[in-house]
Amino acid sequence: MSETIQARVLRVIATTQRIPLEKVKPDSTFEELGIDSMDSINILFDLESEFDIEIKDEDAKKIRTIREMIDGVTYLVDSKQNPSAQTATE
Amino acid sequence: MGVISALGLDQQQFWQALAAGESGIGPIPNDVGPVAEMGMNQVRFKNGAAVRGYDADTYFSRKTLSFMDRFAQFSVIAAREAVSMAGVEWTDELRESAAIITGSCMGGRFTEEIGYWELFHHGRHRVHPLTIPLGMSNAGASHISMEYGLHGPAYTISTACSSSAHAIGNALWMVRSGAAPLAIAGGSEAPLFLGGLKAWEAMRVVSPDTCRPFSANRSGMILGEGAAMLVIEPLDRALARGVKPLAEIVGFGMSADACHVTQPSAEGAARAMRGALRDGGLAPEQIGYINAHGTATEANDRMEAAAIHDVFGAHTAALPVSSTKSMHGHTLGAAGAIEAVATILALRNGVLPPTANYTAPDPECELDVIPNQSRVAQAEAALSQSFAFGGLNAVLAFRAWH
Repeated sequence: MSETIQARVLRVIATTQRIPLEKVKPDSTFEELGIDSMDSINILFDLESEFDIEIKDEDAKKIRTIREMIDGVTYLVDSKQNPSAQTATE
Repeated sequence: MGVISALGLDQQQFWQALAAGESGIGPIPNDVGPVAEMGMNQVRFKNGAAVRGYDADTYFSRKTLSFMDRFAQFSVIAAREAVSMAGVEWTDELRESAAIITGSCMGGRFTEEIGYWELFHHGRHRVHPLTIPLGMSNAGASHISMEYGLHGPAYTISTACSSSAHAIGNALWMVRSGAAPLAIAGGSEAPLFLGGLKAWEAMRVVSPDTCRPFSANRSGMILGEGAAMLVIEPLDRALARGVKPLAEIVGFGMSADACHVTQPSAEGAARAMRGALRDGGLAPEQIGYINAHGTATEANDRMEAAAIHDVFGAHTAALPVSSTKSMHGHTLGAAGAIEAVATILALRNGVLPPTANYTAPDPECELDVIPNQSRVAQAEAALSQSFAFGGLNAVLAFRAWH
């Protein structure tokens, strides 16, 4: 399941940032992909639509890497599917 | 000069609040917009700097009001206070040539949104027939011209958060060059409606609580509404008709960052500041106060602190800087004008308004920000700074008049 989420996150990043999918790796840095703060907000917006989740401003501010995006989305999707697991995953 | 803002309906209330360090920030009324169902419950943040206790019927006839969006109402109210305070006597000659230059970022989009709501939400097939004239950004300038029967140059500048600083700067240059014997200049904004608030929410730059410029734990900007207008005329003309100027407006500098649409550049800001000093014939050491753009976003505050250090060097340590947005919010296209009024009042009263809501220093904003309490200090000259999205910068320089 989380594998699928990772693939979907990478696809959204590639589409939003208009870069080839093969360039986007879980360990790529924002700098390598040319993602600045406004690009990051655009990507988070598209991730919210893709997964039907809401990313809080305070969480959004902390995100600095692709890995954090994948982990954050995974957490929010898990919380949505299984609300009782929320504290356990934290 | 005249001002209407979250700090009150006129200049006296505005200054009282600024000098006391009182913030006008609070919950945006839930019936934001004229349609109750377009309410604040749909917005993630709750606070703003709304004009409170405003009853449009006490200022305008019902018939006039039907032709005016909220932002245009604010424009005329501020212009009335400015013209009355300046004691302008309208001769035929003056009516022919006086200029009106207003700034607004969003204009009458409040009214446009009502039309969209009818079309897209209610599925209706028509909107109000006055949607176009109410929505246009130049409505403020137009209504001021009709208020006083002024037939001279009148136009509107829209450069986002620098709009009214650009308007006042252009008015200064028109009056200085002799192109107009007098100008009414300033700006107006009424951005507290659902679609606009949602757009700011999506940018993730709005604070969940309040505006803390230059403070280590700042959490973003707070949107505000209001207007301010100045009457600008040549010094000799003002003295000849026996009025006491509030201050001298001496310099205007502008620049474009030409680098990023939302990330500001300290280099661009510094060029506008140097431009204002040069245009005003001022040495950096003569500046005793800066009314900062100070939005309380990380991007602005650190950039602005760097720009001030770059322009003022060692003098920065002795240079008080405050952001009055901490009290009247960020009024976008009206910000340059409202903050110009704050700057002029600081020079006139010998009191520097504080940066309110300040809790802890940010090592990357090493400035004397006049934390929380106003300070008795007579500055010789001051800058008022505006840096807009799109990288368009406008800085005004004023000198105290005694």
